[in-house]
Amino acid sequence: MRCYVGIDLGSTTTKAVVLGDDGEILGRGITNSRSNYDLAATVARTEAFVTARFGLLRREVERAAGTDVLDKLMRAFRTEQVLLQMRRLHELIEQDVHTGVTPGLRGPTLESLQAIFASMEREEEAYFALEDPPVRSDFFRDIAGAAYIHAAEQLAADTHLSFDLFLGLWDKSILRVENEPLALGFTEHIGSALKRIGDPKTVRDGVEAAMAVEIDEVATVGTGYGRARLPFPKEQIRSEILCHGLGAHRMFPDTRTVLDIGGQDTKAIQVDGHGIVTSFQMNDRCAAGCGRYLGYIADEMNLGLHELGPLAMQATRSLKINSTCTVFAGAELRERLSLGEKREDILLGLHRAVILRAMSLLARSGGIEDEFTFTGGVANNIAAVTALKQLVQENYGNRTVNVSPSSIFTGALGAAMFARQGARA
Amino acid sequence: MSDTHAKAPRAPKDRSMILQKQMIGGHFERLERAPETHEPVVYTFVPGNLTELVRSFGALPLLPEINALQSGMRGLSRRYISEAEKAGHSEDVCTYVKCDIGMLKSGNIGPTGTRLPKPDLLLLSYTGCYTFMKWFELLREEYDCPTVFLHIPYQGDGTLAPEHRQYVVDQLRDKVIPALEQVTGRPYDEDKLRELLGYSTQAEDDLVAVLHSAKNRPSPVDAYFGAVYYVGPIFSAFRGTPEGAEYYRTLRAEVEARMAKGQGPITPSGRLDDQKYRLVVEGPPNWTNFHEFWEMFSEEQAVMVASTYTKVGGVYDFGFRHDPSDPLGTLADYCGGCYTNLNLPQRIDMLARYVREYSADGFLINSVKSCNSFSAGQLLILREVEKRTGIPGAFIESDLVDPRYFSSANIKNRLESYMQMLQARKAEGAA
Repeated sequence: MRCYVGIDLGSTTTKAVVLGDDGEILGRGITNSRSNYDLAATVARTEAFVTARFGLLRREVERAAGTDVLDKLMRAFRTEQVLLQMRRLHELIEQDVHTGVTPGLRGPTLESLQAIFASMEREEEAYFALEDPPVRSDFFRDIAGAAYIHAAEQLAADTHLSFDLFLGLWDKSILRVENEPLALGFTEHIGSALKRIGDPKTVRDGVEAAMAVEIDEVATVGTGYGRARLPFPKEQIRSEILCHGLGAHRMFPDTRTVLDIGGQDTKAIQVDGHGIVTSFQMNDRCAAGCGRYLGYIADEMNLGLHELGPLAMQATRSLKINSTCTVFAGAELRERLSLGEKREDILLGLHRAVILRAMSLLARSGGIEDEFTFTGGVANNIAAVTALKQLVQENYGNRTVNVSPSSIFTGALGAAMFARQGARA
Repeated sequence: MSDTHAKAPRAPKDRSMILQKQMIGGHFERLERAPETHEPVVYTFVPGNLTELVRSFGALPLLPEINALQSGMRGLSRRYISEAEKAGHSEDVCTYVKCDIGMLKSGNIGPTGTRLPKPDLLLLSYTGCYTFMKWFELLREEYDCPTVFLHIPYQGDGTLAPEHRQYVVDQLRDKVIPALEQVTGRPYDEDKLRELLGYSTQAEDDLVAVLHSAKNRPSPVDAYFGAVYYVGPIFSAFRGTPEGAEYYRTLRAEVEARMAKGQGPITPSGRLDDQKYRLVVEGPPNWTNFHEFWEMFSEEQAVMVASTYTKVGGVYDFGFRHDPSDPLGTLADYCGGCYTNLNLPQRIDMLARYVREYSADGFLINSVKSCNSFSAGQLLILREVEKRTGIPGAFIESDLVDPRYFSSANIKNRLESYMQMLQARKAEGAA
């Protein structure tokens, strides 16, 4: 099977999309960029191929085995991936204990770590066992981090060992495990995932058929901030502006204006009827008003990034917050909290501040005359989307505003489309 | 990378480059000796400079913003700007001013390493930059020297009306010339002025031929990054001098020779014969990262075919020449016609004309963070030129000489995107 890969190396996350010969989306993968673009690209691409194989499997056996079984298999596969990384993390932390912890404390620390990791594995198994599990982060760092810290806090409270000791060990080893090329592909874990769900024959045959398909990767195009790191010739590198334009056009063909809010930049893009960029504007000098602004606020409020939007939606009024500087916004946030303002009201104001900056770029790029598509990681945030729709309405009247649930992959999708176009030209 | 795009930074220097270096070096040495030789020194600015008039009195012109940009190119501006900020100048003040003030406070050693003399006269020819006035106020405070102000009416209606022209001539006769007579101790010599204006005309003809050569494919010149060197002598101390005229004669011959051989200009990426994009530029270049900035274009095989910045010290390519038969009137016309004194519609017309006449694929605006008078209205210019030419524009922001405002990754990212966009449009047009 011929396929085409697009990789978008963003400042926060790295995404990959695999397209088939007919242009259909076969797979998508995402990982955190972890200051190591080479590895992030490999991980995202492995993930995209995992989902592509699952797509093939679904085609083979969906009718015979049913959707539920396949979903369960996918979750089993994810659990196998998580467990592999947890075990490696445990090994690395133990190595650190031998070199970095005072001899008198080593024994009790190692013992505690056994308990922590046993608890983490139990938690993972329990998550897998749930009938209808809640949505969780895609990244191992977040999944393992939450479980580790929870278990370590408990243990530190029950023993004379300090929580800081465990936190220090975590900080050091999580980076190492993230920067190791672990075997996380389809072939490596599908066998154990199958066993985990009882090895049903209908699925096993499908797995064999899906594994037998040869995937011929015809062309790859890279985009995003880290694109210069990709080992590709210049012709295989495209600017993310062009990729976002083309990707948005593919998702919503009538799109004429695209707003992409990523980790550190915001782009307002105008495209023609073929998804070719006709003009664009980007934020200058400062990344206030981008995804990192929200990330910083989430850290300040001790919340997960994914919790910001839903919390802001509970606001009863919106406060005016500056958007000129991320750090100042953090200071303003603390001051407002100390004055007794409600968190959700402040958060709504912060989301509006982000979108106000974007509105200025949109105006500079030529405004919104027709159908409009919002892409990038921030498009997953319900409060940002709501503020945007409201401000579009206020400034430009009734406009179709498109937001795709997979908007974070828009750049990688555009890159894969360029790969396909280039190979077929 | 094509063969014609190979790195060849050690190309032999053209004769014009050697000449220019000698001329500038010699001028700074003469300035350094001025306290002993008693040659009067007149500080003035590039737009609307009255070099022939100053020279006709035997005085030496010194241009603070040229010193600032040279300091920027030589990696000195950051330190000078910090000095000025320590002295109370805000972060948002024009960085040319801060660079100059910082240099003054650091011992007043000029960009070529020679000491700069104190001014005998501050000659402010006002052509649209309000900051120039404040700058000379600061220098007047520092040097306690005479100041003369020439007010050039802004071309708000797109023309310099006859009464405006007369107003400038009257000021020249009644204010500027007496001030020069007083500080130099010499009477006004109109014949001398006519003679010098004759050199100006020759240089202007040759410069225009050089600028027009960019209409060819390949263009033998880079009309922005290369042309800022070309306009150096005529924008600074050498308009109306025999050396200036000789420089432009030499330069023109070199450019015509390249043109005859179908050669492109020497760029940081080597000689650029294979020119993929032809661009028009509005706004000054960034001086602190000048070569890096140029390389962002030359690496993409982009050549600049016309620019407005190379007209701030005089617009010659639409026909204006200094006219020795009407010395004061021609100086009034010159000052009124400087790019900085034009209104927004005139600037839009000029850019749109460049895009058409130089067959450009695109145009770029480099907006300067600390220059409000030049940057105001540039987004409007962008939209209007796009509308009139059907060619997409790019917009980037940097600064003149403050290296803190040059964000290489962002600018490169934007330029790469822009050029890929031009390429995609070309491919789409061809399909």
